[in-house]
Amino acid sequence: MALTKRVIPCIDVDLDEDGNPAVYTGVHFEDLKYTGDPVEMARAYNEAGADEFVFLDITASAEGRETMLDVVRDVADEVFIPLTVGGGIRTTDDIKETLRAGADKVSITTGALERPELITEGARAFGSQCIVISVDARRRFDEEGEHYVEVDGESCWFECTKKGGREGTGIDVLEWAREAETRGAGELFVNSIDKDGTKDGYDVPLTKAVCDAVDTPVIASSGCGGPEDLYEVFTEANADAGLAASIFHFDEHSIQECKEYLDEHDVPVRF
Amino acid sequence: MSTATSDQQQSLADVVVVDYGLGNLRSVTRGLERAGADVEITDDPEAFAEADGVVLPGVGAFREGVENADPLREDLLEVAETGTPLFGICLGMQMLLTTSEEGENEGESAVQGLDLVPGTNVRFVEGQKVPHMGWNELHVERDHPLVEGVDSVGSEIQRADGSPSGGSVDGQYAYFVHSYYAVPDDEDATVATTDYELEFPSIVANEAGNVFGTQFHPEKSGETGLQILRNFVDICSRD
Repeated sequence: MALTKRVIPCIDVDLDEDGNPAVYTGVHFEDLKYTGDPVEMARAYNEAGADEFVFLDITASAEGRETMLDVVRDVADEVFIPLTVGGGIRTTDDIKETLRAGADKVSITTGALERPELITEGARAFGSQCIVISVDARRRFDEEGEHYVEVDGESCWFECTKKGGREGTGIDVLEWAREAETRGAGELFVNSIDKDGTKDGYDVPLTKAVCDAVDTPVIASSGCGGPEDLYEVFTEANADAGLAASIFHFDEHSIQECKEYLDEHDVPVRF
Repeated sequence: MSTATSDQQQSLADVVVVDYGLGNLRSVTRGLERAGADVEITDDPEAFAEADGVVLPGVGAFREGVENADPLREDLLEVAETGTPLFGICLGMQMLLTTSEEGENEGESAVQGLDLVPGTNVRFVEGQKVPHMGWNELHVERDHPLVEGVDSVGSEIQRADGSPSGGSVDGQYAYFVHSYYAVPDDEDATVATTDYELEFPSIVANEAGNVFGTQFHPEKSGETGLQILRNFVDICSRD
C-alpha cells in the first residue's frame, strides 16, 4: 500500500457575541450558522479518524487573533494529528506565532497574493512543509485569462480572489500555483467560490488543472456532498486530500463512512 | 521549562527535548507526556546527561538544522556514547546520519551530520510529488524495542482496545512530511521501511540500539505514533 488519500474536516472559527470562539458553517462564504465549540469538535474528529484537521480563523480583529491562538494551543494539546491553521496570516511573525501555538502548517491566502515574498521567507525560515498556499478560485468565462480549461462544454479560466470571493485579482490560479510552488509552498489548498457550500461535488476541472500544473500536494476543498465526491476528486483530479465541513459537522456523512466507501472503491485510505 | 503531565499519575521517565531553535516542540512534548514521560525542553547539555532519554526533534532544512544544533554536537555524541536513548524525529533523524544531498556534501562547506548512523540523506526523484506528505504504511523489517511486539499476533486488536503497550506498529500508518530520505550505509540499520514509489527506511537505529529515529512524526501519527512514543518511554525507563 502506498501513500493514502487524506480526508480532512475543516472548521471556520469566529467569536460569538460574548467573545468566545465558536465554529460557524457557511454557504458561498456567507450565511454563517453556529455549529459548535472548536476544541470539542477537534477532539471528536480526531477520534472519528480524521487524517488532519484544518482550522480557519475568520475573525478579523486583533482581539480575535489572540483568542484564536489560545484555541490553537488547546486544540494542539488534544489532537495528535496534523493541524493546519489559516486566516489573517500576513507576516513571518504571524507564521511563527501560529506555529508556536501548536499548528503544524499555516494556510495563507491574501497575505501571499499581496506579497508573494512571504512564501519564500516563510519556507526559508520554517520549511516548505508548513507553508500551505490557499487559493479561492472563481471561474471566469471571458478572454482575460492565461490558461483555459473545458468546463461543461465551455472554456473558462480560474481567477484568484480575495476576501472570500468578493474581490478579484486578475491573477490566473494556475500561474499562481506554479509561482507558489517555485517560491517554496509545500502544499496547495484549492477552494472554489463557485462550489463552496453547494454540496454538489468539488470543482474537478479546477482541481485537476492545478494537480497537473504542479508537483506539490493538492488539497481539494469546497463542494463536498459525500463519499462519491471524494472518490471523484481523488480519481479524476488526482487530488491528494479532500476537505469537507458541513457534511461532517451536521452528521450527514461520517469520516468512517467516507473512508469505507473509498476503500471499497480501491482508493487507499488510512483506518 | 518542565511541565507536569495531567494524563499520567507518575512519570515513567525523564525525557529531554533538545531545543535548538527549530520545530514545533509543543506537539512532541505533549505526545511524550501523554506517553508517560516528564519532559524538559532545553539546550542545556547538563540536562542531557541527567535525562533517561533525549529527543532530537526537527522540521526544516538539513543545513539549518545541523548548523543550529552544532554547538551541541559533542554533547549529543556524548549522549549516544554513554548509551542513553537518543531519538531523532524527522529532520532530527536525518541529522543522525553522516551527510545530506540537501546541504553541500563535498568540499570545505560540507554539512556534517552526527554520523551516529552512517549514511546519506537523498532527495526523492523527480516526477514524484515532493514533499512526501501524508499517511503511509510502516513495514517492520527487524526487531527493535521502538517497534516492539513485531511477532505478536493480534497486536492490532490490543491497540484498538487502547492497551498502553506491547503492540507492533507493523502495517500501521504514520504521518510523513519530507523531501529527503535516509540511506544508511549498513542495511541492518533499517528497522522499518515505507513505500513511496520506492522502499525507503522510515525507522533507523544504530548497531548498539540506543540511537534511533523515525522519518515520520510520531507526535502527529495518532494512536500509532503514541504507541511508538510509549515504546520510547519504556526504553528510557529500563535503565
